[in-house]
Amino acid sequence: MVRALRKRRELEIVQDNTNSIRKGDILLFVTMRNERIRLPFFISYYRALGINHFFFVDNDSDDGSLQSLLGQEDVSIWYSNASYKRARFGVDWLNYLQMRYAHQHWCLVVDVDEFFVYPFCDTRPIRALTDWLDASSIRSFGAMMLDMYPKGSLQDDPYSAGRDPFEIASWFDSGNYMISRNDRYGNLWIQGGPRARIFFADSPERAPALNKIPLVKWDRKYAFVSSTHMLLPRGLNQVYDEWGGEKISGCLLHAKFLNTFISKSEEELKRKQHFASGKEYQAYHDRLKESPEVWCKWSEKYINWRQLEILGLMSKGNWA
Amino acid sequence: MSVGIVMLVHDAVDRAEQVARHWAREGCPVVIHVDRRVDRETYDKLVSDLSDLADIRFSVRHRCEWGSWALVAATQTASELMLSAFPDVEHVYLASGSCLPLRPIQELRDYLARHPRTDFIESVTTDEVHWTIGGLDAERFTLRFPFSWKRQRFLFDRYVKFQRRIRFKRRIPADIVPHLGSQWWCLTRQTLSAILEGPERRRYDKYFSKVWIPDESYFQTLARQFSSNIESRSLTLSKFDFQGKPHIFYDDHLQLLRRSDCFVARKIWPNANKLYKAFLFDEPVSTSSTEPNPGKIDRIFAKAVERRTQGRPGLYMQSRFPREGFENGKTCASYSVFEGFSDLFEDFEGWLGKVTGARVHGHLYGPERVEFAGNQTLFSGALCDSADLRDYDPKGFLTSLIWNTRGERQCFQFGPRDNQEISWLMSTDTNAQISVISGAWAVPLFHSNLNFSEIRREAARLQRVESAHLDILNSQYTKARVRIWKMAEFIEAPMEPLQTIIDEIGVRSTRRLTEVPKMSDLTGFGQFLRNLKNQGMQPYLMGDFPVENEDPRRLKDRRRPYLVR
Repeated sequence: MVRALRKRRELEIVQDNTNSIRKGDILLFVTMRNERIRLPFFISYYRALGINHFFFVDNDSDDGSLQSLLGQEDVSIWYSNASYKRARFGVDWLNYLQMRYAHQHWCLVVDVDEFFVYPFCDTRPIRALTDWLDASSIRSFGAMMLDMYPKGSLQDDPYSAGRDPFEIASWFDSGNYMISRNDRYGNLWIQGGPRARIFFADSPERAPALNKIPLVKWDRKYAFVSSTHMLLPRGLNQVYDEWGGEKISGCLLHAKFLNTFISKSEEELKRKQHFASGKEYQAYHDRLKESPEVWCKWSEKYINWRQLEILGLMSKGNWA
Repeated sequence: MSVGIVMLVHDAVDRAEQVARHWAREGCPVVIHVDRRVDRETYDKLVSDLSDLADIRFSVRHRCEWGSWALVAATQTASELMLSAFPDVEHVYLASGSCLPLRPIQELRDYLARHPRTDFIESVTTDEVHWTIGGLDAERFTLRFPFSWKRQRFLFDRYVKFQRRIRFKRRIPADIVPHLGSQWWCLTRQTLSAILEGPERRRYDKYFSKVWIPDESYFQTLARQFSSNIESRSLTLSKFDFQGKPHIFYDDHLQLLRRSDCFVARKIWPNANKLYKAFLFDEPVSTSSTEPNPGKIDRIFAKAVERRTQGRPGLYMQSRFPREGFENGKTCASYSVFEGFSDLFEDFEGWLGKVTGARVHGHLYGPERVEFAGNQTLFSGALCDSADLRDYDPKGFLTSLIWNTRGERQCFQFGPRDNQEISWLMSTDTNAQISVISGAWAVPLFHSNLNFSEIRREAARLQRVESAHLDILNSQYTKARVRIWKMAEFIEAPMEPLQTIIDEIGVRSTRRLTEVPKMSDLTGFGQFLRNLKNQGMQPYLMGDFPVENEDPRRLKDRRRPYLVR
């Protein structure tokens, strides 16, 4: 938390619409860098779910991402040209903003390529979920990342602004996830999916974590520890049941594997701003160059949340 | 000739206004009680918004905390006002601001007219209920509850424990038998006025004011005192989950609610615009059936509770990760493990697949790679054949595989060369059928072209591993269906055990096996074992083999030819 306060000096406010936030509003927090092409669909997706206010932290974009957000009334923007890595991948910045603005609000923390799916999301807005969580005295909601990919090469169908990325990347791995319990923070650690299968088949311990807790009824005492994988206090990580039952959970559809991915991984390699000096990106880069297909014959084509719930990737818990 | 509505409003005041307006417009007088915790401004607005309707009254406001006596007091004052202000009212219906009438009000009126002397109030004795929360049913009536369950849970729990320890018990008034039931009732004027005007009311009130959640017991108990005809069910469709919290209805429940034929449902999400529009403002849909029929909704909510408390057996995922012993089924379906069979028989997998129709894998836990059926590199759920990935979470690999292939029987080979991490999982899993020919791992060694010293070392290792594995299978914790044959014993009469195993898998037919898997050539195997022994390694898991330099298959063929029909 001290870190968050220290890192606030790196943030410079660009557009402040926080006055329009009302009690009970649902807030969304995101950091980004050069994501202009993704923004239109991202914003319209989450507006449709019922997000009331967007908090963007722009990490030195040079593609006009920031400019494209100016003037939107439900968007507030901060800018930073400091190191993403040293701000612990943006977590410090967001922790500060949340401490300041999100107290007693439900807030959703995602990346620009992550799309939140929860039980009944096709018929009930996100407020129905948060009202129900409030009534059930639940403060945090888990949503595992589900990597989505296209059939064929990533280059075959290029993404364009405003388009639903899952028209292109509509496939996923349904049942190859590995779970262990993290005793220090009490959260589950989930790895697997196409990234483990293709890029880390011989070094699974390095495969990226897929467990996330993106939706939290925020309190200024809370803090994300590492991205949204885990939180403090530890009780917030208890989004799973240990006595045989199922708690409610969702998924974050991850639109990473698009044609934008290849240029992005090249850029990230140059910046070396990601985990383990971008070893992850090195692996992607090398592998995708030789065989760019992620799809396999056991891949599952995405239909809706009900499909994910039947496959056991998420659960309705006792919400009906 | 009419039914009056007593409405308890706590929040979502604008929705309550719409509903009250609907009741009044359809000719039902309404008395509204607004929780004192609703601010003055909102309350005044509600009063003025409804001032155009003649038959709406507001009763004195109480501060209503969940589970407290104030809820009963509020109901009492509102009911008194109803009975005195509207002398024509025959039935009084208790509803909340988040209740929604589902059927035309006239149908409710007709229904009540057909049951003129009947009180609809769920009222059961404490022995018969199983839905109470916190395990407090009978104790609601005998303990004291000075602390709030919602705000002071710690004190609440401690005080209950304390009273239990000192065996504290309040005396229940001798003339009543405690009953519990849904808070939402519909009583006749006679019964309701008898409760409110009874000579003993002060005494009862004094007692019930210290009972926990009296709104679920006060009227339910006293109605038994005064009513001549109780139908012990609520006309309000209201379902509770395992925490005692009401299930909420949303837009997507529209069809379900329509088909339920219930008169009133609770609780409705205040933003369920479609529901409010459909039931308050659209042309009412008259239903043919007259009795409420909430069966389907009951099932959906019961299922939700079951999912939350028991979950789907064999599923391990982000929000269900049971501790050991609480899995409620370690895997989700039956599967078969064969140990030693593929060493003893040539192309055992192919044969097994043919006779059972099941999916037959090779050594899923083999040291080099995962041997999926048909030599595939990926399998159902996009499981990968990388041994590193599998060994990173070997148990998860098996439970995922069984989960991913629901509906198709899985069989796989296992042996001492494989990763042994899953031994305990399999042996304690009731879904596992494990068949072992012990010592059969020696057959590939026997056929191998290794130096004998290497063979000896490897044999010693494999025997050690298999012996540890067999100890697990033989342990008292084993729940799997385990069958173990010593190799010597098995090849004496292989058909019988095979038939038993196949019958148990029971996938294809119950006919006798017509085709036998081909056993590998064992000529000289007895001598091979003796050589091992002579070199200082004692092979014992395979049982006693004759040392004749003859193939024991033929030997046994002569003695007891097995019949194939």
